[in-house]
Amino acid sequence: MPFMNAEFSGRDRWMAKLVLSPTILAATFFIYGFILWTIWLSLTRSTILPSNHFVGLANYYDLFGSSRWWRSLSNLGIFGGLYVVISVGLGLGLAILLDQRVKAERLYQVVFLYPMALSAVVTGVAWRWLLDPGFGIQAIVRSMGFPHFAFAWIDDPDMAIYTVVIAAVWQTTGFMMAIFLAGLRGVSPEIVKAAQIDGASTGRIYLRVILPSLAPTFFVALVLSVGLAIKSFGLIIALTGGGPGYSTNVPSIFMYVFSFQRGEMGVGAASALMMLVIMMIFVLPFLYLDSRRQA
Amino acid sequence: MRTSSAFGPRRWLIYGLLTVAAVFFLLPFYVMLVTAFKTMPEIYSTGILALPDSLNFSAWIHAWSAATIGAASEGIHGYFLNSFILVIPAVIISTAIGAFNGYILTHWRFRGSNIFFYMLLLGTIIPFQIVLLPMAWVEGRIGIAGTLVPGLMMVHVIYGLAFTTLFFRNYYVGIPHDLIKAARVDGAGFFSIFFRIMLPVSTPIIMVTAIWQFTMIWNNFLFGVVFTQGGQQPVTVAINDLVDTVTSVHMWNVDMAAAIFAALPTLLVYLIAGKYFVRGLTAGAVKG
Repeated sequence: MPFMNAEFSGRDRWMAKLVLSPTILAATFFIYGFILWTIWLSLTRSTILPSNHFVGLANYYDLFGSSRWWRSLSNLGIFGGLYVVISVGLGLGLAILLDQRVKAERLYQVVFLYPMALSAVVTGVAWRWLLDPGFGIQAIVRSMGFPHFAFAWIDDPDMAIYTVVIAAVWQTTGFMMAIFLAGLRGVSPEIVKAAQIDGASTGRIYLRVILPSLAPTFFVALVLSVGLAIKSFGLIIALTGGGPGYSTNVPSIFMYVFSFQRGEMGVGAASALMMLVIMMIFVLPFLYLDSRRQA
Repeated sequence: MRTSSAFGPRRWLIYGLLTVAAVFFLLPFYVMLVTAFKTMPEIYSTGILALPDSLNFSAWIHAWSAATIGAASEGIHGYFLNSFILVIPAVIISTAIGAFNGYILTHWRFRGSNIFFYMLLLGTIIPFQIVLLPMAWVEGRIGIAGTLVPGLMMVHVIYGLAFTTLFFRNYYVGIPHDLIKAARVDGAGFFSIFFRIMLPVSTPIIMVTAIWQFTMIWNNFLFGVVFTQGGQQPVTVAINDLVDTVTSVHMWNVDMAAAIFAALPTLLVYLIAGKYFVRGLTAGAVKG
């Protein structure tokens, strides 16, 4: 009976909307609403408690007048730039190596990727130990007969940010490898075979045929690693605590310290918004290109 | 790609490089593990690379039940338990809601449902710093500030929904809509189609989603440090407190034992169900 059918499906459609509605409300309020709320807070004289006293862009003047914020931004640039290039490069290299019909490929994959299952805090604690000048790599190399070997970056305000790069690369290179390996496995064997028949060397085939066809994979790896760099927080807290001094502060740490430790909520909100802006600058072009690719 | 099969210099180079990489990735965990089995005097005398003289469990026991974290000297066991109390309901709730959302967004579409899906995806991208201050205020207002459950759990459920919905949506979009149509002609309704047709074929995506959520929530530090205090904190926050606590002698062996305790649940999940973990990692990244 068509009439009954329509009745039923009408009730079911209503049910579908009802079941989805909590998520719609949550996304609207807790994502979009909270972004607007944070923007509003950044325009008010909020300190330990939120206030609705409008102060215009005063918090932004404070933020960009703060040498600690500039240090946080430049650290993110140094750390993010090096981390993205090294982890994507190493990840691609490992994926290519594993793509050579390697025995025990699964085992290598498990070993390269396990740091991704650890928390950033555990990773930070492990590397803090390895980088400790008195016990870690410096002490090991010295005990092997190089008494003047020096590797105390973690205690050096000018070098400590590079220890963050090391630990972050260690944690996520396997992730990049997994992405590239999936990409490599998707390259059509026909085009590779055609190039082989033409007598191209393995190196040339990778450079001229395979890597160009991985452009979308590169894009994904870049966007994901940029995102991971901007969001890095627990790793740096556990590894250096943002120090020595504030030499390894990044925007995520700046935001936390100003919002929840120093009671400068307005400035903290402004810094949070800047983090969102930085993220969008790197992600929106990707979303745009991706939507064009699918259209 | 296939190259020469003879075990020539080329093969040696490949295996050599892979082995160097494997040592680099394994070394930190090896050092943690042997450190945790040593006494501090032993670490001073033999360094951090040497195997322990004997399997000494005192650092493990101290980390578990006696180490000083915050004001108490009861070790990390309470915080370890906290993480389970937090993770189990958060994973179940966010996965279940994600499954229904994915089902609706693929087989019960309505006007605006696609736009809503794309709007929700912003939740997978944003740095969560942008929501911390309003969330802290809201939690204070409804009287759950500083609590593990429901306070921190609620935060993880809310901000996990974008991911769980994405996973299920991308999986259910591959299930032929004709199947659902046929079931509706047979008189099956919204829920019976979900439980009788979708759920029986959902095991892989439930695994992927639950493991993803488990790993993300267990390993999370930012939400834990912002939204909980004292004895309500999850284990990641406790580990950081423990390592930061200044004592007369830094007990590295205890720190390492505690860190390994904190790492064990996600590490075990990874070793047992690694394929689902990897699929989750690359799910959003490499879509079909």
